[in-house]
Amino acid sequence: MPAPVVVFAVGNRSRGDDALGPMLLDRLAAVLAAEGRGSRFELIDDFQLQIEHALDLAGRERALFIDAGTGTSAPFSYHAIEPASSVATHSTHALPPEAVLAVYRKLTGCEPPPAFVLCVRGESFELGANLTPAATANLEAAWTHLMQLCREPEFTD
Amino acid sequence: MTFQLETAAHPEKLRRVAIDPVSRVEGHGKVTLLLDENGRVHQARLHIVEFRGFEKFIQGRPYWEVPVMVQRLCGICPVSHNIAASKAFDAIVGATRLTPTAEKIRRLMHYGQIMQSHALHFFHLCSPDLLFGFDSDVARRNIAGVAREHPETARRGVLLRRFGQEVIRVTAGKRVHGTGAIPGGVNKAVTIEERDALLTHVYHMVAWSREAVRLVEQLHTQNPALYNSFGVFRSNMMSLVGTDGALDFYDGALRARTDSGELIFDGVDYRGYDRYIEEEVKPWSYMKFPFLTSLGKEKGWYRVGPLSRIQNCDHIPTPLAEIERRQFLDYCGGTPMHAPLAYHWARMIEMLHAVETIKDLLHDDDILGDDLVTGGPRALEGVGVIEAPRGTLIHHYRVDESDLVTMCNLIVSTTHNNQAMNEAIRNVAKRYLNGHTLTEGLLNHIEVVIRAFDPCLSCATHALGRMPLAVELVDAEGTVVGRLSTDGAATEGGAD
Repeated sequence: MPAPVVVFAVGNRSRGDDALGPMLLDRLAAVLAAEGRGSRFELIDDFQLQIEHALDLAGRERALFIDAGTGTSAPFSYHAIEPASSVATHSTHALPPEAVLAVYRKLTGCEPPPAFVLCVRGESFELGANLTPAATANLEAAWTHLMQLCREPEFTD
Repeated sequence: MTFQLETAAHPEKLRRVAIDPVSRVEGHGKVTLLLDENGRVHQARLHIVEFRGFEKFIQGRPYWEVPVMVQRLCGICPVSHNIAASKAFDAIVGATRLTPTAEKIRRLMHYGQIMQSHALHFFHLCSPDLLFGFDSDVARRNIAGVAREHPETARRGVLLRRFGQEVIRVTAGKRVHGTGAIPGGVNKAVTIEERDALLTHVYHMVAWSREAVRLVEQLHTQNPALYNSFGVFRSNMMSLVGTDGALDFYDGALRARTDSGELIFDGVDYRGYDRYIEEEVKPWSYMKFPFLTSLGKEKGWYRVGPLSRIQNCDHIPTPLAEIERRQFLDYCGGTPMHAPLAYHWARMIEMLHAVETIKDLLHDDDILGDDLVTGGPRALEGVGVIEAPRGTLIHHYRVDESDLVTMCNLIVSTTHNNQAMNEAIRNVAKRYLNGHTLTEGLLNHIEVVIRAFDPCLSCATHALGRMPLAVELVDAEGTVVGRLSTDGAATEGGAD
């Protein structure tokens, strides 16, 4: 049986604030291991979302997508998402979370699990750069929110 | 040197249409069209912000870091960069000939990469709305009909991709950002358990890949008028070709043909690539325009990738893919196929070949060996060339006596195809957009032809909120007079 909760963190650790998602995932992994709750969560870290991530949604009760965003309000946004009406893109290079849900629906004929996006505002995505000061602050705010989320009944029961 | 529709005579009098497929932090693509008051196209350009920062970034770094670092260039084809860089550094560590185990594991990894990348494209192809999100027309209905006859195709596309990634995980350690190839060899052996697990599934993958070729062939043969003509342009072709002219994605010599199939050069040692290929800089584009030196800027541009490789080689060294290649050539009637949509067919033949090769390698006990790394006399310069999923990939490095990188030059597949993609969008613009009121469906024709090449946008950065396709219409004064987006939202003022 897959873990009830799947958490995707998307980003490139080598590109400044793009590392926000993977960094949050690292912290989460450490806390879950320390608290002995790792079996309820599967944590997936990747450059970008792709069609096969739809397969990682099977059998889940909840899905959470963590990513850096440039258009989101600071320090972060958190919202439920629904399957996109189309997965159309000009390129095969990446899918937004809503499209991953749509791929799941297309492949299985079933509705995906309730899914949410935690989008942390990033400012700079330069190759080789560290987190910006603003993103570091946003990371802390998002981490507090993520910890609250992971203690809610939907994530713990 | 300018081409037809590359530069308008009086751009200041024309209306500008910008198709901004994705505005990424680093690496993005945009199409701009200049139209007159009657909607006639006077200029069409594809702009892709090429990733050049990396070449600077790694200067001064120890060479052994590079094969790992280059994987950060692209989240879709990190293995390609890892292997091309490792091949270049093989020369620097004096590994002129890898151990059989190392070379076969690298091949396994690389063919897994080709397979997963092509399978991803297959999934997109199996979605009629993705291949042709055109306004309702006969072509779309035909494609939807084909897809209805193959209800399993989308699921198989995903499972094919996942199998390819499993091959990468087994050989590179991780599905993404693995570190399997290193200067002089590989750093991970394949275990019997890993090999056997892959063998359990590989025969299904061969069968499904063959059916994928059938599906794409069916799309072409049901509507040859469309598939053979959409965005068509003639060009030279270039690729690596292996021993005896065989299709080979991992190693070989450079071969180029004219648009009619005659050899321009053959058997060229890729270490001397810079004597055969030059790059032109144009003021309107960040990405360079490579051309074959012997033919010059005007006639020397070329295309790379599946359509070039399938027609450039003499044969495919696996039986089922070779049958499909011959069938494809028969369909072409003995002359080179230039239609961009034929990339899809060629890509599926290559996927079949990749899976057949993976099957053969899994039956080769050399991959279970433990002699992984070799070396020899040091050198200060190395060139590594492979055929990546989208085409020829060149990595060229120099290092100093302290092992630090002093020079890096990368020519990625999308750069080779720069002029070809521009030609394709100009032909589509002329044929479908000229004189028409622009609608989202019509503008999607441009996107369809871009998708055939599947350009790499250096997308190793991912940021939410930067993904939608946006089309902005701007008048001669720079005022936005209309906006469209692919999610159907935010339509203001129409697109005409």
